[in-house]
Amino acid sequence: MRRSSSKKKSGQSTESVTTDLFRSASSKASNKEMDRIDHLFNQYANKSSSLIDPEGIEELCSNLEVSHTDIRILMLAWKMKAEKQGYFTHEEWRRGLKALRADTINKLKKALPELEKEVRRPSNFADFYAYAFCYCLTEEKQKSIDIETICQLLEIVMGSTFRAQVDYFVEYLKIQNDYKVINMDQWMGLYRFCNEISFPDMGNYNPELAWPLILDNFVEWIQEKQA
Amino acid sequence: MSKGIVELEEGWPFMETGVAKLKRILEELPEPAFESVQYITLYTTIYNMCVQKPPHDFSQQLYDKYRGVIDDYNKQTVLPAIRKKHGEYMLRELVKRWANHKVLVRWLSRFFDYLDRYFVPRRNLLTLNSVGLTSFRDLVYQEIQSNAKDAVLELIHKEREGEQIDRSLLKNVIDVYCGNGMGEMVKYEEDFESFLLQDSASYYSRKASKWSQEDSCPDYMRKAEECLKLEKERVTNYLHSTTEPKLLGKVQNELLVVVAKQLIENEHSGCRALLRDDKMDDLSRMYKLYHPILQGLDPVADLFKQHVTAEGNALIKQAADAAINQDASAGGVQDQVLVRKEIELHDKYMVYVDECFQKHSLFHKALKEAFEVFCNKTVAGVSSAEILATYCDNILKTRGGSEKLSEEATEITLEKVVKLLVYISDKDLFAEFYRKKQARRLLFDRSGNDEHERSILTKLKELLGGQFTSKMEGMVTDITLAKEQQTNFADYLSASLTTKLGIDLTVTVLTTGFWPSYKTSDLNLPIEMVNCVEAFKTFYGTITKHRRLSWIYSLGTCHISGKFDKKSLELVVSTYQAAVLLLFNNAERLSYTEMLEQLNLSHEDLVRLLHSLSCGKYKILIKEPMSRTISKTDTFEFNSKFTDKMRRIRVPLPPMDERKKVVEDVDKDRRYAIDAALVRIMKSRKVLGHQQLVSECVEHLSKMFKPDIKMIKKRIEDLISRDYLERDSENPNTFKYVA
Repeated sequence: MRRSSSKKKSGQSTESVTTDLFRSASSKASNKEMDRIDHLFNQYANKSSSLIDPEGIEELCSNLEVSHTDIRILMLAWKMKAEKQGYFTHEEWRRGLKALRADTINKLKKALPELEKEVRRPSNFADFYAYAFCYCLTEEKQKSIDIETICQLLEIVMGSTFRAQVDYFVEYLKIQNDYKVINMDQWMGLYRFCNEISFPDMGNYNPELAWPLILDNFVEWIQEKQA
Repeated sequence: MSKGIVELEEGWPFMETGVAKLKRILEELPEPAFESVQYITLYTTIYNMCVQKPPHDFSQQLYDKYRGVIDDYNKQTVLPAIRKKHGEYMLRELVKRWANHKVLVRWLSRFFDYLDRYFVPRRNLLTLNSVGLTSFRDLVYQEIQSNAKDAVLELIHKEREGEQIDRSLLKNVIDVYCGNGMGEMVKYEEDFESFLLQDSASYYSRKASKWSQEDSCPDYMRKAEECLKLEKERVTNYLHSTTEPKLLGKVQNELLVVVAKQLIENEHSGCRALLRDDKMDDLSRMYKLYHPILQGLDPVADLFKQHVTAEGNALIKQAADAAINQDASAGGVQDQVLVRKEIELHDKYMVYVDECFQKHSLFHKALKEAFEVFCNKTVAGVSSAEILATYCDNILKTRGGSEKLSEEATEITLEKVVKLLVYISDKDLFAEFYRKKQARRLLFDRSGNDEHERSILTKLKELLGGQFTSKMEGMVTDITLAKEQQTNFADYLSASLTTKLGIDLTVTVLTTGFWPSYKTSDLNLPIEMVNCVEAFKTFYGTITKHRRLSWIYSLGTCHISGKFDKKSLELVVSTYQAAVLLLFNNAERLSYTEMLEQLNLSHEDLVRLLHSLSCGKYKILIKEPMSRTISKTDTFEFNSKFTDKMRRIRVPLPPMDERKKVVEDVDKDRRYAIDAALVRIMKSRKVLGHQQLVSECVEHLSKMFKPDIKMIKKRIEDLISRDYLERDSENPNTFKYVA
């Protein structure tokens, strides 16, 4: 009986052993990876809150050799789907680093350029852009962001790709009086503006379309300046 | 009659004699008429030759010979006769020959009639009549028609130039053309009419150039009108009726269409000048002439609009200039004059629309658009809505208003004012100013005419809907009810043994929603009045427990008796003023700050009050120092030396400037109105593009005001942030309703 059963077993196990081996190997490996990720997390996390707090992030940044206002940190947050600005939870950390397949600082550093390329793909960038706005909403039920923060955010997110627009827009935001905060609709409007409207001539801008009013005013202001 | 076979060689010569006789008759040679016997014999001869059995059935030959006879006659007699003559004589000959031909054919076809019965239909040939006509057409008509046409046109030209011509001749010639079409008008049209039209066109083209150079617009128009009339007569007299529209069309084209621009826009005598000089007859003529022409009236309507707009703008400028030259207080008069003149202008040009332009929609539209341009202009900082509201106020108020009109005249004027209101785009602004002024009238101007108040509200309601006027109607009702209630209050007081007021108190209870909002203030009432107020509160409590009274002393009026050295005077003042004056029952002299404290008023209010009592026409208080403005360090004293020749004087308190507040309130209401309209539209459409949403929103609100596009955009954004709407993720120019 035993023999037969063992025969059966061995019959089965010939296949399952390989898969098992494979699975166990990969799971072992992934377990090991997860361990290292966790280990990395603990290096930066605050012991009492078990979150990586702003201090931890600063340290992380210096280890990665990027400034903490660098867009790549924001991209990392995006990859992690981090909810709260300035903090990474354990789960978020795991999510992000697993996706990047980085379990050491070096690997993480090396993964950053790839990450940037991924984010900059047009299909992802709009999502990232919207995420950046939400990331800055600190209070519950907060829907708008103050001008100061918006200017900084713009600089980080769009500064390298749309230099001229960002410069003009930041200048305008600072001198205008109509709006003290910017909401998501206006934020996204600006993204569309940068992508669709030729600058600085703005020949294809039509104020009769549904552009947010702040952009209509912005265009008027520039045109007055140019005249 | 032999019973044997009739040979062709035998029968035909017999026919020929008949034909010869006929010809002689036609040539008007002396020849007795056909007798019945002769006719019957001829007919029978043909009959016999046709019913004989072949080979003696001579139908075909006879048919051919019939044709031959006519052809010969045409070739040998008819055509030469016509050819010999020219011009009008030729036409006469033609007419004669045509008439003859018809007779010939008629008679011949009677003789040969039997052919028509069997031979012709069996072989499907042309009838004898047609054969006859064809012969004329091919041999005679074809040759002479062109010359005839030229001759006719020459005669027509003569008639156009004023000569008399033989119209019946021409009519007959035209019949020739018509007749030779074999039942169709094609010959007439191709061989004659087309040339007539061309000729007429060039004739009138020449006339048009000449007259437009030499004549003034009115004279030209008169000539054109005459020409059209004559051409119409021409058709009736001798042309075919189908020519009428074509001919008139050509004439119109040359005389009116081609020179339209030159004529209508002529600097000296064209439409502009006619309007300027009130030449209504000429304008009527212009309308009549250009009405049948496609788009012919467009330039006229356009010039009409420009003219009315210019006149209106001139009135506006006049008013604005006058306002600059006079000081602020008198500036109001200019507004009133302006409205009166606008009404006059409207009446004047409405007559033009009705009489000169036959109430045509194009001109109604032109008038409307013209008025919309200048009626909405601001004059010296005052909006047209306010100007109009003030005008109504002046008509309706009894004291200090414009000069009194009769009942009827008032009604008529109010109607005209409402008509002007149609052109004002900010109707909601008008409503708000009107409401404020109406409130003032109802509360302070007790001798006002209720009927007129209600009458104008009815007219406004008709024009703009109940929503517009419901509050105002409510206000008028409140006043009526208040009068009733006052009687009840008086009864209550006389019935009560304990409540004795010592002064007569009249209270008017206002329904909050209807009336403009007024600030309540915590004025410290003089003690005499406190009791009265309490008494009324108690009384009101017996009527209803569900309402709360807020007292607005700023709207009250007091009659107080001032015991001055010379004589006592009755002073009619506002409650606030009375409160100030009554302070002096307990003190000879009071400082500004003391009064402020005792009365519990704001600085703004106190300054106004003291100014009216010490710096105005009636100096009931003496101010130290005697400057023209109130300062916080002033002191005041009862002026016992004050007197006036009247026994009762009214000490007015100049009204606060409501303008800014009205504009603010209206702006706020507009924001709500736009929000409501946007939500309503999106709720029913679910998904809508931006431009369409904006235009529908403007449409919805057009009855009350013209919304600013930027404001609409702002409201849309606000609604998005409040999660009523969202932008479509695929198409950022489209919005979706968020349920």
